Amino acid sequence: METSNRFLSRSEIIGFAVLAAVIFIVLPVALDTFRLNLFGKYLTYAFVAVGLVLCWGAGGILSLGQGVFFGLGGYCMAMFLKLEASTPENTAIQSTPGIPDFMDWNQLTALPAWWQPFNSLAFALLAVVAVPVIFAFIIGVAMFTRRVGGVYFAIITQAFAAILTILIIGQQGYTGGVNGITDLRTLLGWDIRTDEAKEILYYVNGVLLFAVLFAAQYVRKSKLGRLLIAMRDQEDRVRFSGYNVANFKIFVFCLGAAFAGIGGAMFTLQVGFMSPTLVGIVPSIEMVIFCAVGGRLSILGAVYGALVVNWAKTTFSESFPELWLLGLGGLFIAVVMAFPNGLAGVYAEHVAPRIAKLFNKSAGDDMPGAAKTPAE
Amino acid sequence: MTVHNPNFVLMVEGLTVSFDGFKAVNDLSFYVEPNECRVIIGPNGAGKTTVLDLICGRTKATSGSVNFKGQELLSMREDQIVHAGVGRKFQTPSVYEDLTVFENLELSYPKGHGVFGALTFRRDDPVKARIKEIAETIFLDDQLDEKAAYLSHGQKQWLEIGMLLIQDPELLMLDEPVAGMSVAERKKTAELLNRIIQDRSVIVIEHDMGFVEDIATRVTVLHQGKTLSEGSMERVQNDPKVVEVYLGH
Repeated sequence: METSNRFLSRSEIIGFAVLAAVIFIVLPVALDTFRLNLFGKYLTYAFVAVGLVLCWGAGGILSLGQGVFFGLGGYCMAMFLKLEASTPENTAIQSTPGIPDFMDWNQLTALPAWWQPFNSLAFALLAVVAVPVIFAFIIGVAMFTRRVGGVYFAIITQAFAAILTILIIGQQGYTGGVNGITDLRTLLGWDIRTDEAKEILYYVNGVLLFAVLFAAQYVRKSKLGRLLIAMRDQEDRVRFSGYNVANFKIFVFCLGAAFAGIGGAMFTLQVGFMSPTLVGIVPSIEMVIFCAVGGRLSILGAVYGALVVNWAKTTFSESFPELWLLGLGGLFIAVVMAFPNGLAGVYAEHVAPRIAKLFNKSAGDDMPGAAKTPAE
Repeated sequence: MTVHNPNFVLMVEGLTVSFDGFKAVNDLSFYVEPNECRVIIGPNGAGKTTVLDLICGRTKATSGSVNFKGQELLSMREDQIVHAGVGRKFQTPSVYEDLTVFENLELSYPKGHGVFGALTFRRDDPVKARIKEIAETIFLDDQLDEKAAYLSHGQKQWLEIGMLLIQDPELLMLDEPVAGMSVAERKKTAELLNRIIQDRSVIVIEHDMGFVEDIATRVTVLHQGKTLSEGSMERVQNDPKVVEVYLGH
């Protein structure tokens, strides 16, 4: 029991090291800037998937609305970049120069008051995390203190994803509508559209992802991580052991939202726009699929899930655009039916024992949390 | 709200709960003294488990009062009731199957119950020593690293009792602690319960009459949500009303 409480077990150290090698060495060496930027985009979804491992895999709280938090983080970043791009010189042809172009098209003549603070990068960066967290906190308090859970919670989060999309599309003058916030150019004067900038942003994204992974690992290894598992199994027992279950659910839901918000902001920076298509029901469900395919009990598995599914999406939707959604659905069903612990489970059950045999070492706990699921 | 009487740890007065008009517990009153072991018996559907649910806050009462050491429990949240000193064991063993025996006990250790406290909780020596001590009491010191899913039914019951013991509650409520156990496990459990009920008040629901005779200070017989009879085991057994509705069958 003493050893299992270490921050990283030996196999987890190897797992983190392998992922670091893939993200910081293999991908940059193997891919040109265009493809690397694509993988950087895929990795922004990994932030969401890691949050889902904590919420859903550990805590049993299935959110089908993580796109909301991804989108809020992304929009906060996009608002800052858009304001920077909308200097009076750049927008001289507009009837009101100095405001974002979509506002001008929608007959707005002044920047709305709630856009003003986004002139500050510090405020925008704070908002990237704070806005999703505040939003998650409100939903969490409303739902969890009333003991709404399970399927009901999943449906309500999905409704939020739909509501936010409709709101963004409907309020075109304030949000850019269905096109989103586009034509983002510079970050404090640094052009983010160049190849060099894209490579630097890729590495920043990788470092942030590891920061999030370590934060998630800390939570998993703390007593709070074990409490989440306990709540998933026996919520009543946790309650009657003196814990206010709602507070823990609110915390982990907010943490997942914070992760998603950071991912969304990195998406905006790397892809150069933010739009409601990344907020709604379909992307939110796709994010759950990344997590499920990677393994909902494994934070590292979730990263690989986001990479593999998105890579497959790009590859197959180029060749068979109309078949891709069916394929994605089929993949999800296959994972749930055959590999409930996803890639991490396959690794832990089939690959790790062979590697261990090869090196003649004992394979204790492989991909974190995925191994040794007791028979029901 | 009733005035607290120091002679009693728990004062239940006029307790009523109505489910869609059906009164599962109907104007029930009883009093538990310090260090008393009160056994509640009664036929199926008499409201025994519901009484425990009402005391620990799992079910909200329609009316009445549950006074624990001067605190009105009916207006408190479940976790607050636990912190006041009331522990509850469920009828079916509810342990965390995906966690080890050690982790099961650790989560019940009375420290770090807030979000921040749980994040910063350290598994230090006093915690380990206490968990070891409890594990010995509940005969599970060799299984500390085993997942609770792999324990036998009886061992799970002991583990849940251990999870309550580590909280050190002043009032311990046990719902059929020996149900579904083998004869050998039953004997061991009786021995365990006899040891742990010494320095606290206990409410037990049990059907096994031999077991009840063994541990009870006083017995309350419930019937249709009301007290049918109360007193020593001997008195209750000879009460003609009790014989008619319950023991006679």
